Order: sequence, then C-alpha cells, then structure tokens
Amino acid sequence: MRSVGALLRKDALILGRSRATAVVLLVYPAVIAVLIGLAISRAPGKPRVAIVDLTPPGQSVQLGGRRVGVSEYVDALFKQVDAVQVATRAAAEREVSSGEVLAAVVIPADVVSKISSGVSQAHVAVIYDGDALKQSLVRASIDSALAEANLALSRQLRSITLQDIDLLLKGGVSAAIFGAPSRLVGLAEIPAQLSALAVRQRSTAAAQELRRIASSTSYAVRNLQLSRAVLRTVSEPIAPTNVILHGRKTPLDAYAVVVAVTISLMFVGVLLAAGALALEREEHTLTRLARGSRASWWPTLRGRSAPRRGSAPRRGSAPRRGSAPRGESAPRGGPALVSIGELICAKALLAGACAFLLALAMLAVIGAFVPISWGRAGLWVVALGIGALAFAALGLAIGALVSEVRAASLLAFLVSLPLAFLALVPAGALASGIYDALNAISFLFPYKASLQALDAAVNRASPAIGLPLVHLVVLSVAFAAIARVALARVR
Amino acid sequence: MSGLAGSDPWRAEADDAARGRHAHRAARQGEELLSASAALSVRGLCKRFGPRVALSGVDLDLSAGEMLAVVGCNGAGKTTLLSIIAGVESPSEGYVSRSPDEVGWVPQQPALYSTLSVAENLRLFAALQRAADVDGVVAAMLAQTGLGGRANERVGRLSGGNRQRVNVALGLLSDPPVIVLDEPSTALDPPQRERLWDLICEIAANGSAVLFSTHILQEAHRYADRVLVLDEGETLFLGAPAQLLALTGCEEFERAFVALLEQRSAGR
Repeated sequence: MRSVGALLRKDALILGRSRATAVVLLVYPAVIAVLIGLAISRAPGKPRVAIVDLTPPGQSVQLGGRRVGVSEYVDALFKQVDAVQVATRAAAEREVSSGEVLAAVVIPADVVSKISSGVSQAHVAVIYDGDALKQSLVRASIDSALAEANLALSRQLRSITLQDIDLLLKGGVSAAIFGAPSRLVGLAEIPAQLSALAVRQRSTAAAQELRRIASSTSYAVRNLQLSRAVLRTVSEPIAPTNVILHGRKTPLDAYAVVVAVTISLMFVGVLLAAGALALEREEHTLTRLARGSRASWWPTLRGRSAPRRGSAPRRGSAPRRGSAPRGESAPRGGPALVSIGELICAKALLAGACAFLLALAMLAVIGAFVPISWGRAGLWVVALGIGALAFAALGLAIGALVSEVRAASLLAFLVSLPLAFLALVPAGALASGIYDALNAISFLFPYKASLQALDAAVNRASPAIGLPLVHLVVLSVAFAAIARVALARVR
Repeated sequence: MSGLAGSDPWRAEADDAARGRHAHRAARQGEELLSASAALSVRGLCKRFGPRVALSGVDLDLSAGEMLAVVGCNGAGKTTLLSIIAGVESPSEGYVSRSPDEVGWVPQQPALYSTLSVAENLRLFAALQRAADVDGVVAAMLAQTGLGGRANERVGRLSGGNRQRVNVALGLLSDPPVIVLDEPSTALDPPQRERLWDLICEIAANGSAVLFSTHILQEAHRYADRVLVLDEGETLFLGAPAQLLALTGCEEFERAFVALLEQRSAGR
C-alpha cells in the first residue's frame, strides 16, 4: 500500500500542477450545478404567450336562453399561460419573431358566431417561430394550454346546459331560458299530474289519451335524466387517474438533478482515470514502474535481497535454480516497483475520489435550489462512491488501450457521451427490439446503474439501491480486469 | 567469452531447431556455465515474437566496472536483449543471472514525469524502491549527476541532455551492480553527449557493470571495453574493439563493423 500512497501523492501533485485540468475539474461541476439549480428552480411554469383578442367587447355565446362571455374563454387561456395582451396580429408576430414570447394566439372576431352556430367549429390561430425543436416544444405547450382552455369553456357550457336540463325536469322559476314561462312545470311532475287528471275524466277515451301522454312524458323524463350523464361523458370522455405501480413518484426536477450529477460523476471519473493511466504511457514511466512485474509470480525471487554493487551473483542463485522444464519459457523477474494491480488501484482511487467529491459537492449545491432529502445523505455517499469507482474503472480500461492523454480523453468522451443518452431513452420511445438492444448496451456500462443507484438514494425511486450497487461492483471488477490485461500486454 | 562467437562467426546457425537445442543445453547446464566473477551472466537468451525470432541464443558475461557496448543494425535485437536483462521483457528461453531489481534501467526514451521537478522524480522512485533514507539518496544522486542546481526545476523544462541525466539518475537510484542503458546519447548534441559519457564512465569506475546499446559506433569504440555485435538476433562478435579491427583488417571501427556484416552476408 506504500506504493499506492506514493503514486497517489504523485498523481495529486501532477493534477494540482495542471492548472487547466484543475480549473475544469473544479469550475465545470460547480458551474453546471448552479446552472441546473437555477434552471430548475426558476424555470417558467407557464409559457409566455401573446394573446390577440379580436372579438368585439362584450360579445357572448348564446346558449339556450343564457350567454357565455368570450372573455371567459380568454380568461381560461390566460390562466394556462404567461399571457401578454397584444392589440393586433402584426404586433403579435413581431413579439414572436423577437423572441419576447414563445408563441401568439389570435382569437378571431368571428369566434362567437362560430360557437353560437352550433354547427361549425371555431378556430384560433397560433403563431410559432424558431427551429424544429423549439417549434415542437412550443406547440406542445400551446396545444396543452389551448386544450385546458377549451376544457374550461366546455365545462362552463356543460354546466349551463345541465342547469337548463334540471329546470326542464324539475321545473321552477326561470328567466334564463329564452321564451320560457316565468314558472315552469317540471317534466318529472307532469306524468303524475296527468295520471291524476285521467282518473277524474269521465270519458274513457280522454283518460286513455292522458295516460298515453303521461307515459310518453315519463319516457322523456327518464331519457332526459340519462342525458345528464351522457353530457358529462361526452364533454370529458376520459379523466385520468394516476397510479404509480411501484416506488415513489419522483418530481421531474429531482430526477434532473440526479441525471446531471451522474453525468458529472461519469465525466470526471472516466476522463481522469483514462488520462492518468495514459499519462504513464505517454511519459514512458509505465515500463519503469512495472518493470519485472511480468514474472513477479516467480516464487524464488520474492523477498530476496539484492546483492550490492560489485558483488558477483552466486552460483546457482535464484533465477536459475529450479530451471524451467525444457521447451518452456524461462520466467525471471523480481518485485516490480509497482505491480500493475497497485497502479490500477492508485489511479482508480484518485479518479474515483475526485469524481466522488465533486459530485457530492454538486449535489449539495443543487440541494440549495431543489428540495432533496438530506436524511438520505448516507445513501448518496454509497451510491456516489461506488458509481465513481465504476466510472474510474471504465476510464482505466480506456486509458490502458491508448498511449496518449489526448487520445484517451477523446476516446473517453466518445464512449461516455452516447452512454448517457442511451441510458435516458425511455421505454416505449423505440421499437422493442431496438430498445432491448440499447438496454443491453447500457447494462454493460456503469451510467444507467449509477443513475438508478443515485435516483434510489436521492428520490427513493425504484428499483431499490441494492441491485444497481451490485451491478456497479461487478462492472468495476470487470473493467479493472480489462485494464490489467491490457496493461500487461502493452507495458 | 571474448573473441569470436564460435569458430566461424559468419556462419549462420543451421536452423532454428539447432538454436533451440543450444538454448536448452545452456539452460540445462546454466549453473555450470556461469562465470563466478561476472557481475552479470546471460545464457542462451532467446526471444520470439510470434514466428519472428528477435534474439537467438545470446550468451555473455559482464564484469564489475566493465563497459560493454551492444551494436547492430536496426532490428538486430539490441533493445530486445537489453529489455530482457532489465526485466521489461521476459525471454522465450534462456537465463539472466540478475533479477530486474538488481539492474539499473535507463530506457531510450526518458521515462520521467515532466510535470514534476528533478528532485520530485528522484524522491518518488527512491520511495518506490523503499530507500531507507530517501532524502539522502536523492541528494547523493543529484550530486553524482551534477543536477543539484536543477533540483527544483520541472523536468519538462530541462534540456535534452539534462533530462537524460535525470533518466540515468533514476536508473542509478538503487545503487545497482549492473546498469543497462538503451541508446543513452541518442538525440543529444555533442557537448551533452560528452557530459553524459563522463557520467557513465564515472558509474563504471565506481564498480558498476555497464551495458549499453548505441548506433554511434565511435562511442562504442571509444568508451566500451568490449563490444557485442548482434545481427538478426544472433551474436556475430563479442570482444574488444581492437579485436574487431584486427579481425576485419580495418583501421576504422565503423568500417570494421560494416565489413563484419558484409562478410556474414557473403557467408550465407
């Protein structure tokens, strides 16, 4: 372990001397952490939208005997967006072009007549700008806002209709229904009244006619009562009820924190480990450090003191005693300055420790913006620590394959970046075969497991932390073994 | 082991199988073949990289304080031989009397941390070598290599000559009985070369056996007590420079080397 300590001190010294690396390592996660924190905590909850209401003031939709003001629709729309009132369509287009607003909604003057007609659908114009991605984002936001506003208007219209149906059924005083008498007899009361009248009739034919009308009225009442439920269903056919199958519902901002911290953990761990190991080859020091280690299993050489200068080797001294069988190679060697295992251990500890500390600091900084449970800090430490070691092991496997720091950094980026994206592809976003293939690739690298472990630690998300941690430990051992084999071949 | 390698130095070995038999014989009799007075003994050293034979049945003994130059064309097996003796490579067959920790290794490319200072490099490797008094060893090495004034300078900012001196200093840290230098003067200008050879000669004068490879034949002629000429992995000549001159009838060492190679080619 003395060798590991000496190597760690040396690597820390080299890291400290490389100002650019130190600055990037310290500043990058800090800046990212603050930016993410600000972005999450101060994100506009509603899209900023310009609204041009071209309807004449006070215009209302005539529904039965009542009127619904268009302003109520506009108000409903205003609730869904961060609304900016604009007088004309041209002004709205200017606002959209300048980026002041994400989009503009133009409510045309004929919207009232269209709704009141009951046969043609009213239209509002939505004006977008920007690239395809921005348009897609804005359209989704605006469509959602318009749907909410439509729903609000629809509910209002339904409510009025239901009130009218109630009045028709139960009767009462009404000034709302156009042309209705001031005191309405409820349809539901009519069959009983007609039956009573039929009993008092002398003429059998008249009584039968009254009973027939009473029966028809009863039928109308039953159907009108049914129409209440039908109206409710038609106006909002599907009402979602959210059920979480397992785990705990993770707020999007808390999940975003975990994603950002895991990405930083990955970059620092992989890049540092790959760079630190490649540096040994770039500086040609790997050979000096590990010289003799290839045959270090040669038992007779272990623990033998080195003869000092000028002393001749004793006849039959260790390297030749017990000569190898004929036809086999003749291993020779002594204890190397540093075994490949110790070298890997030192690099993994350095990269892992740096990644761990920076990710922990990042989590703490973002925690100032987003509410996360500090009571689970112990689990954060475990998840970050094992994740950092897994990323460091991946970096070592990469660093062992190349002989230059630049090449190692490039390769580390090329490997890491797609992994992060692959792990974030949601199930159902792709055909199942492709998704399974991506899942299998993600399984072979530590990003997804680290993300799951940290999400479980921070957000109590499912799956539980145990399985991802075991996965990470297995990956760490596997990548360290790859690095060891690669180094033994190239040194 | 001085003189010609075998009765007919230009004769190619009959075949690989014969070379293999030679190596096995040497292995079997390794104990008896070693020289009791040698600081370093090598017997039947072979190295194969797949089907290619890089080194074939090389034997040599090196006395304390002796300087032996290994010369040959590119691909002759010089670096392979030195790498095996230093423990960087393992031999396919054959034996070396010293374990790698008893051999000081000065690779062709300076193996140093350019971001660390001279003293920090020395201190790190002294610590890794478990030196009892790290600071004392570092101070002694700085004094021996004349780098005391540059102790705190980063290696990356040193001249090629001084960087090579640090490289040599790292090879000497454990006070090894044998020091192996792979083309130590390559890429140095003449004054730097001169200073480096002064240092190497001083090391030999202090009792270390020095084995070095070089492409600069004048250096082999001037500084080496004996010369090992390798060709395609086989020993072509092992003896004093004067013996090579006498053998080929040439007055210049470089000419003698070329004549030796030509005679071998003609004998094939």
